[in-house]
Amino acid sequence: MNRALIVESAGPAVSLQDLGRPGFLAAGLSPGGAMDPQALAEAVALLAARPGDAALEMGALGGRFRLAGGAARIALTGAPMRAKSDGVPLRWNAVHMIEDGSVIEIGACQEGRYGYLSIGGGIATEQVMGSRAFHSRAGLGQAIAPGMQLPLGKDTAPTRYGRMLPADPRFQGGVLRVLPNAQTALFSPAQRAAFAATRFTISARGNRLGAALALSDSRHMAQFTLAEGLSLLSETTLAGDIQITGDGTPFILMADCQTMGGYPRIASILPQDIPRAAQAAPGSVVEFRWIDPSEALSLHHAWRQSLARLPAQCLPMIRDPADMPDLLTAQLISGVTDGAEREPQAERPEK
Amino acid sequence: MTDAFASKSTPQILRMGLSDFLVRFDDRLSDQANRAVLSLAAALEAEAWPGLVELAPSLAALYLRMDPAQCDPCHVEAKLQELLATRDWFAAPLPPGRRIWQLPCVFGGAAGPQLAEAAALAGCAPDQAIAQICAKPLRVLALGFSPGQPYLGSLPTAWDIPRQTELTQTVPVGAVVVAVRQIIIFTAPSPTGWRQIGQSGFRGFQPKNAPPILLRPGDEVQLRSVSAEAFAAMADTGGICEPLP
Repeated sequence: MNRALIVESAGPAVSLQDLGRPGFLAAGLSPGGAMDPQALAEAVALLAARPGDAALEMGALGGRFRLAGGAARIALTGAPMRAKSDGVPLRWNAVHMIEDGSVIEIGACQEGRYGYLSIGGGIATEQVMGSRAFHSRAGLGQAIAPGMQLPLGKDTAPTRYGRMLPADPRFQGGVLRVLPNAQTALFSPAQRAAFAATRFTISARGNRLGAALALSDSRHMAQFTLAEGLSLLSETTLAGDIQITGDGTPFILMADCQTMGGYPRIASILPQDIPRAAQAAPGSVVEFRWIDPSEALSLHHAWRQSLARLPAQCLPMIRDPADMPDLLTAQLISGVTDGAEREPQAERPEK
Repeated sequence: MTDAFASKSTPQILRMGLSDFLVRFDDRLSDQANRAVLSLAAALEAEAWPGLVELAPSLAALYLRMDPAQCDPCHVEAKLQELLATRDWFAAPLPPGRRIWQLPCVFGGAAGPQLAEAAALAGCAPDQAIAQICAKPLRVLALGFSPGQPYLGSLPTAWDIPRQTELTQTVPVGAVVVAVRQIIIFTAPSPTGWRQIGQSGFRGFQPKNAPPILLRPGDEVQLRSVSAEAFAAMADTGGICEPLP
């Protein structure tokens, strides 16, 4: 038989994701795709795969998956989760060879919100509108459920495994850099300053459409409301926009958001900080920091360059991770490299 | 009295996030502003600027997605200013290549349970309401909310009726609803604050078909009232599409 990944069990927010369907905004379809596209880029680097391959996105909880029809390489990226293959622990942020018939068990997120299981050759279900991504709002693609047999594509680098990437921590909230958008000027300077001076908590109300923010004293939300807020004409909305709903509650729009909306949007998250926003689990604290557009552009160009250098940052895993008591410590990394190939952490978004 | 929906604005160029732009022709619903949006979109498509990767019209504004690796936003802003200054976009003709859709629709009864209520708000009887809504083609002002879902307009000023305060739990695919001088034909079952006055067989979003999304902004839609019996007897209720002359 052809290679397949058989779903024995899956958490409630497991779905197939790739880079989504850009280009349909005028038709009313948001791009969707992985909530943390950086995790897909990391998997591509680890697997030496094609960008755009589909992977399993696992929100909060993974599942049990059995490999059939042949061995496969898997990469585990994004929010770290406890993972085992036939009982042997698998290191996160690494690529492993899994034997035919083996069971991959992935538990709950240790931090963050979305972990990714990518497979050499990709998951090769039928594409719809140029993508395999599940879009919760448009009803495209499928959420993953037990019993599904997911066909696998041909692996083009089957001997490349036992490698890992240094972790790029973005899983506990923190500072999200924001830019003005077409509606920011509707808010007073005092409101914009208060927005950046407030520590918000990610509320439990959140999914692929977006995440609501909370304050310890919800009465303070009213300071962000706009007098004319409810009668605005609908305009284009994008993932990363922060809209202020009727009672002043900010809501971060995410991958599967609507394409037009009438709530005013106070700010837009710098694209490279969207993974950090998406990975902030309920209860984590986020703060917003205004940056000016020219600074944002140089940060963006540097980030694109750092993504392009991910393949060069992959390091060999020289010891069996199962034997190592301190898998997530930096010593593991500094012990196997002279550091010359790795990017300084300063190039990555700072906390 | 002048039409309150006539536009008096000048277009604004607004930066959105990292490198994108919004050209806002009005901050209220206005037929002229929507025409301006469609004309500018067509002009930009023809110009094919480097770095311009996507255009999305909304009711009175045009969104431009720019690739920051391929363009300098300051230059884009200057070029937009130049282009906007070349003509009166509010008076520009609608772009060519648009189509007209003839859609049969059952109004009132079980197919449109809120027809009488909506007609009363617009100050007319249900029969007059149907006549007004079917009097002439309505333009696709924008697609949104769900994929392929059209906002059609503009209806006469009497139809500037508010949304309901309570949501209707769900309306079916093809439902024809009305509010604020516009008609929406739902492309997926959905809750709505608009009033359902009719039901069509239009399926504007069929992901596995080519093309998956039938309407384009600027297309026109002519609703035609048919009886429930005649509708049930029709082989194809999905509508007929022809190029506009």
